[in-house]
Formats: sequence, C-alpha cells, structure tokens
Amino acid sequence: MSNSALVQVEHLTRYYSLTCAVSDVSFELAKGEVLGFLGPNGAGKSSTMQMITGNLAPNAGQIRIAGVDLLDQPKRAKQEIGYLPEQPPVYRELTVDEYLLYCARLNRIPRGKTGGAIATAKDRCGLGDVGRRLIGNLSKGFQQRVGIAQAIIHIPAVVILDEPTVGLDPIQIRQIRALIRELGKDHGIILSTHILPEVQATCNRVQIIHHGKLVFADSTAGLEQRMNATSLIAAFGNAPDISSVQQVTGVDSAEQLADGRIRIHYSETNPAEALVGQSVTRQWRLHELAPERRTLEQIFIELTCSEAHVNKDAA
Amino acid sequence: MIFTIAARELRSLFLSPLAWSILAVTLFILAYLFLSQIEAYINLQPRLATLEGAPGVADIVVAPLFADAAVVLLLITPLVTMRVLSEERRNRTLTLLFSAPLSMTEIVVGKYLGVLSFFLILLALLALMPLSLLAGTELDMGKLAAGMLGLVLVIAAFTAIGVYMSSLTEQPTVAAVTTFGLLLLLWIIDWAGNKQMDDNGALAHLSMLRHYEPLLKGLFSSADVAYYLLLIVLFIGFSIRRLDATRLQP
Repeated sequence: MSNSALVQVEHLTRYYSLTCAVSDVSFELAKGEVLGFLGPNGAGKSSTMQMITGNLAPNAGQIRIAGVDLLDQPKRAKQEIGYLPEQPPVYRELTVDEYLLYCARLNRIPRGKTGGAIATAKDRCGLGDVGRRLIGNLSKGFQQRVGIAQAIIHIPAVVILDEPTVGLDPIQIRQIRALIRELGKDHGIILSTHILPEVQATCNRVQIIHHGKLVFADSTAGLEQRMNATSLIAAFGNAPDISSVQQVTGVDSAEQLADGRIRIHYSETNPAEALVGQSVTRQWRLHELAPERRTLEQIFIELTCSEAHVNKDAA
Repeated sequence: MIFTIAARELRSLFLSPLAWSILAVTLFILAYLFLSQIEAYINLQPRLATLEGAPGVADIVVAPLFADAAVVLLLITPLVTMRVLSEERRNRTLTLLFSAPLSMTEIVVGKYLGVLSFFLILLALLALMPLSLLAGTELDMGKLAAGMLGLVLVIAAFTAIGVYMSSLTEQPTVAAVTTFGLLLLLWIIDWAGNKQMDDNGALAHLSMLRHYEPLLKGLFSSADVAYYLLLIVLFIGFSIRRLDATRLQP
C-alpha cells in the first residue's frame, strides 16, 4: 500500500522439509504501531520473525524493511532492525558494558556516538547499575533486558521482540511493557507472545497466526469490539420465569444458569434499560446486571481451535 | 567490522582459562624441545668446528624446533578453533551477528582473524626462543624467517580448517575431533604409496608436511606458499557457504 510502511511482508512462505511452518503471510507495519503477534506454540511466530530479521531464508515471498528489500540488500535493511530472539543472544563472559559496546560496533554506530548510545539503551532498559557486571552472573530478567538493550541500541526503525517478557517477575513485566509502549511512539514494534493480556496492555494491532496462516488481523480496538459479546448476565431477588424475561423488548433468548443467574442474549438493541424497567414494574428485584464480555482467550481459542476459520479474517 | 569481530574473538579467548593454559602448556613443551635441541648442538659443536660449511644453529636448533612446533600446533589447534562458531550456534548468539548489518564473509573472516591472532601471539613468543640465541651466537636470519613464514602458513591453514569444522556442528567436541582428524590426515597423507614415486605423487602434493619441510630448510618456493594460501581460501570459502546455508536449512 503505502511506502511509509516500516515493514512490508508479502506472501511469506517457509517449509521445514515437508511441514509448512509459515504459509502465505502478508502484513504491514507502520511507524508508531505496536503489532502483537499471537499464536499457540509452533504456530510459526518465531519463524516469521526469524525471516523478517534475516535469520531464516523464506521459500517464497518478499520482505521490505523501511522500503529496502531484505533479500536483495540485507546489510542496508538490517541496519533498520533490532531483534531480540527467544533466547537473548548474550555472551555470558562479557560485562554488560562490553557487550553493548560490541553490539554498538556491530551495528556501525559511529565511534563518537557509541558512549551516548550505550548510556541511552541502558537507561531505557533499567540497566544503569549493572554495567560492570558479567552477563552470566545476572538474573534471567536482567539478561532479557540486556537483550532488549541490544535490540534498540542503534535506534532501529523496527524493533522485533520474540516473547520479551518470558521469565520476568511481575514488576519487571510491567516495566518492560511500559518500555515497549514508550518505544512504540517512535519505532515500529512487532511483539510475539502467547500471553494474551500482554497484547491488550501493549499493542495497538493484533495478528493471530495459526498453523502458519494469519487467522486474524485487526486493531486492538477492533478486537475489543469483537469481545463485546451480545449477552447480559442478570441476577434477580425475585426471579421471574424465563418466558417472561424473553418477552422483554430486544431479548432474543434467555437461559437459566446454574447459580440462579439468567443469561440474556440479544442481537441489535441492548435490552438492559427495558429489563430494568420491567424489573421495577413487575418487582423482579434486579440486583445485578452486567454485560458479558468475551475474553481474548475465548476469541483466541475460537480462532485457533477451528480449522474452518482459516484466513477468514485476514485483512 | 571484521576487526571488531576479530578483537572480540581474541578477547573472549583470553577471558577463558583455556587460552592461557594452552599458551602455558605449549610454550613449556616447546621450550623443553628448544633446550634439548641446544644441548644436542653443544654436544655436536666440537665435531662441527672441524667441518667446512658445517650446518649452523639455524639448521640444528631452529629447524627441528619449528618442525616439532608444527606437530604440537596440530594437536592444539582443534582445541582453540572448536568453539569459534559451534558455541555461537549452540548459545544462539549467532542470531546477534545475523541480525546485524554484516555479511557472512565479514563474520567468518573476523572470527578467523581473531583465532589466528591468538596463534600469532603464540608464534611470536616461540620466535623469541631462537632469537635469544643472538645474544651468544650468530643466526642465519634468512633460514629463521623462512621457517617462521612456514609456521605462520601452517597455522593459518590449520585455523581455516578448524573454523570450517566448527561451522559444521553445534558440538565443540565434535568440531575438535573432526578438525584433528582432518589435520592429521592432511599431515600424513603422503605416507601412503611407495617411496619410489612419492616425490611427484598426487598425495605428496596434498600433504601439508611436504610443503612445510622445504621452508624449514630455508627453501622458499612459491608453489608451497600458494598451496597454503589455496587451502586457507578454500576452507574460509567453505565456512562462508556453510554459514549462509544455516539460513536456508530445511
């Protein structure tokens, strides 16, 4: 579509001998977007990311990073990529400072600017106090942060993070998510995860990949919409008959739940108001009324468990 | 960029005790060989003094020392080169290099030069041994230089083969074993066949030892140098291809 896209992936396909790991995946990433890549284990998330970062050659398809074809001009394209693989690629025998200096050199940061770049990256990832410590002696969480620092040290246009919060404690997870949101302001970010709330917390676009195919691609707002299910849960002090509830305007059907509550399905107009009115006039003593939201998990399971959904929603 | 990688490789070597212990053990053994060669020379000296055009220190001390040094290096090269690429692969740090704006050639050549400079340090320390004789005697510098060139070429070829073997596997020990096997085979390959025709036999041309011996005698032949350079280029080329193939792997 547009030339301003930071990442353009077209018809990406990859086979591992006869198994198709990634099949005809196409998407774009614009500046300021945080794209969440969801999928069960072995769905092809990591393979896709490896291909975008030039660690794996695709069998077919095209990848352009900031307009530069990754396969034709890998060096130029890779200058715009920062990549944190599943396992942070750190050398245990180096200190954090030595390691980041090496990364800065590898990414061709001019000599005069390396000091500043290292300081900024350390600052952003909260590594200020551990600069002189050996990476091998750091905890998993800190190693992960070193991995993220490595990915952003050269201020690339695109940052690709493969499960960045794995192995971190809840406080660190919050910090990393905040960092990702902050980075998302002036970078494009692709984030893979199988932790669903993480997507809701950090991403503004979501893609679900399953069996190597994109089964869902939408903005987080669109996802929210999907999650607003068309049902209400109501609890009454003086429970009416199911049949009388069904007669309330807007209600399609109602069912009695095991705990005494009633689930009310509707399609177009929300019957909440009418229901409250009826409750008052007919003394049902309504004391609980809540819209039932589908969780991201449900959507996820729905999409990944039924083969029929394949590609239906891919934009 | 190549030198950044080479410098880190060298640094990492010295951060592990392996490099230090290899330096210590190798130099200890070579010093022992050197001293025993000196002793042999001292025993021979009275007889040599009576001879016209007798072999000098360079022939009796330096040449055997360097010949032995090549064999010692053959034993230790696999230990140093084994982890150069296999460990990166195993620890998944190769991703760092692959994602950086680097070509495969830069990665391989950088790694190669890093390990090679370790061996050049070792050789420089070795060279100090015969040079110390200058304090008490005269030395045929031409022969010493030829021998040194030979040793540098030999170790450069060993390293290239070691780097290639290391690129093939994730297991450093497997890399070490295969490197050792291939080096030894190339060293002794001309032992096969009968002695009458061996001078011009194809196997003799492949032997690393055969191309090393003339240099020890002070005989510089471009064919010998070309042999080593070809070997180096060949195996570095193989390593680059091999590394490139990791991306294509099924």
